[in-house]
Amino acid sequence: MNTKPRLAVFKFASCDGCQLSLLSLEDELLAIADKVDVVHFLEATSRVEEGPYDVSLIEGSITTAADQERIRHIRANSKFLVTIGACATSGGIQALKNWSNKDEFLSIVYAKPEYIETLATSTAISDHVRVDFELRGCPINKYQLLEVLQAFLAGRMPRTPNHCVCLDCKRKGNVCVMVVSATACLGPVTQSGCGALCPSYDRPCYGCFGPSTQPNLISLSNQFQRDGMSPERVIQSLRSFNGYATEFRAESDRIESQIDASEVTVDE
Amino acid sequence: MNDASDGRSVRTIQVKAMTRVEGEGGLDIRLRDGTIDRVHLNIFEPPRFFEALLRGRPLEDVPDITARICGICPVAYQMSSVHALESALGVVVSEEVRKLRRLLYCAEWIESHALHVHMLHLPDFLGYAGSLEMAKDHPEVVARGLTMRKYGNDLLERIGGRAIHPINVAVGGFFRAPKYSELSSLIPDLEKGLELSVEAVRWISGLSFPDFKQSYQTVSLVHPDKYPMNEGRIETNDGLSITSDQFEEHFSERQVEHSTAMQAVRIENGSTYLLGPIARLDHCRDQLQPLARRLADEINYQTPCRNPFLAILARAIEQVHAYEEAIEILKSYRPPNPSRIAYQYVAASGSAATEAPRGLLYHRYQLSETGTVEAANIVPPTSQNQSQIEQDLRDYLPGMIHQSDQAVGEACERLVRCYDPCISCSTHFLKVRVERI
Repeated sequence: MNTKPRLAVFKFASCDGCQLSLLSLEDELLAIADKVDVVHFLEATSRVEEGPYDVSLIEGSITTAADQERIRHIRANSKFLVTIGACATSGGIQALKNWSNKDEFLSIVYAKPEYIETLATSTAISDHVRVDFELRGCPINKYQLLEVLQAFLAGRMPRTPNHCVCLDCKRKGNVCVMVVSATACLGPVTQSGCGALCPSYDRPCYGCFGPSTQPNLISLSNQFQRDGMSPERVIQSLRSFNGYATEFRAESDRIESQIDASEVTVDE
Repeated sequence: MNDASDGRSVRTIQVKAMTRVEGEGGLDIRLRDGTIDRVHLNIFEPPRFFEALLRGRPLEDVPDITARICGICPVAYQMSSVHALESALGVVVSEEVRKLRRLLYCAEWIESHALHVHMLHLPDFLGYAGSLEMAKDHPEVVARGLTMRKYGNDLLERIGGRAIHPINVAVGGFFRAPKYSELSSLIPDLEKGLELSVEAVRWISGLSFPDFKQSYQTVSLVHPDKYPMNEGRIETNDGLSITSDQFEEHFSERQVEHSTAMQAVRIENGSTYLLGPIARLDHCRDQLQPLARRLADEINYQTPCRNPFLAILARAIEQVHAYEEAIEILKSYRPPNPSRIAYQYVAASGSAATEAPRGLLYHRYQLSETGTVEAANIVPPTSQNQSQIEQDLRDYLPGMIHQSDQAVGEACERLVRCYDPCISCSTHFLKVRVERI
């Protein structure tokens, strides 16, 4: 009798990069395949089984009415549902359309928009169904994915750090790009997970892993502006791969409302 | 499905969700009175509107944002975008930057080709649902693929910071040039990878391939000295030779109802065309690295190649090339200094085409005088290949329609897989449904 846990991988609006991370665990993949039964993973195998599933890994955001239904069906058939990556946990880069006019977006890309069915928004999986664990990153860190799978097999919650990128920079001995060159770095408000990659390559963090716990965004965006960044550009730096994550969204909306208010004053 | 309501026989064959392709799509085939009425590669990958969301962004954001179009070939998006932006800005990068970019692209070709050849495509030839299932009986084959891919990913990580969505590519060069010592330690692994890739070509050449011949118009970059990646003219096998600036005068995208991806045709003759490893080897066999070229001769690889099922062999030969060239560049690597050159904003437009692992990837940007994107146009390889895939299916189907719906569907999927379609990319882009009327 086969008693191995049943693992499924599902894709919504996304680039495939996060599910690819599972195949990128080159040294561990065959051992994982030995411990779990991969019963639904369209990118990797033609074996396609119906639920129930013990663990479902969800990549991508919800952008169509059909996908709203599909995620509910997957949730109902999954014991443990884990979102992987920025699209699934915060709506992804495609959530930039949440601030725009959908019809205008459609007409920019497609000559015949009437053929395309899409919602006005790109939203996180947790906006639609209960999520048991969210793994951050654009893309995810494959070793954190391994930790999620090992934790599940051991019957415990995954342990992934939620401190900010700054601490990793200090540990690595990186020179602070903000202090030294007044470059607008999102490291102080972005969750660890990448290993402080960008500052290690002489560039500021651009927020791939989304907001860290209790980020002081107002203080940081004020500092960006004191360093000479325009409010419009501060908004854009927050509105990227995790732009629709609650904390980043609140701050970019706050700055935008300030701009709007000052424009009204000028008009008067 | 048979529907005799109008006294005629209708048969629909549907592959709802294709597997072992990147991104999600299906196939719809409708037969009426035993003849092929319709073949649609349906792409239901939801659109993500990259061209629209780039508008108004600073040009420096473009390589990072366009990388997110595809998690399998982010470097291709970064390369086409930086070259197009540099063309607009009038930036000419140093020879050292050109070599480091080529090295990064070699790493992505290794990673992407190893994934497709060993993990996604070989199960079709050996009769398995996937590589994990194949590993039970052929552990050495799967281990070889994983090892070859790992070395490519290691190189991507050293240069780009990480393998998926690298963070080191900048307009004008790289944010930080890796030191020689950071890269040179990878040479022994890459030499082992080269040996494995040679072994893989010989082994794959011994497989049996379906006998199927097409007539193709092939398109690829062609460069006088180098196998095409970042530079060259866009050439076809019927004599067209243009710069990337002329791409939109000769190739156009059309939108069809069954797909969220656009489909491309040649404007001159409305014809479908073929991109990717078969086209590149047809055009540029002489520019292969020495070992790859000798190996293509040794296994008697025929060019021009007109059998799409041989794409796996073309891809395996290119993998040898990519390993060879990566080692060559690494051995003489000197870090670019400065790692990137400065530029000034100008209101201008610029375009570029580079060779993504699955074919030509075209980008064009219109920039403002303050350095923001006013308009973007991105034409991915799979949306260009999509019309050719449908044409191949139409020509392939008559020989097999006597088989069961399931057998027809599976055979069609195998043909589609030869193209290494990247559906995530092509959306602005695929589902197999066969309908027999």
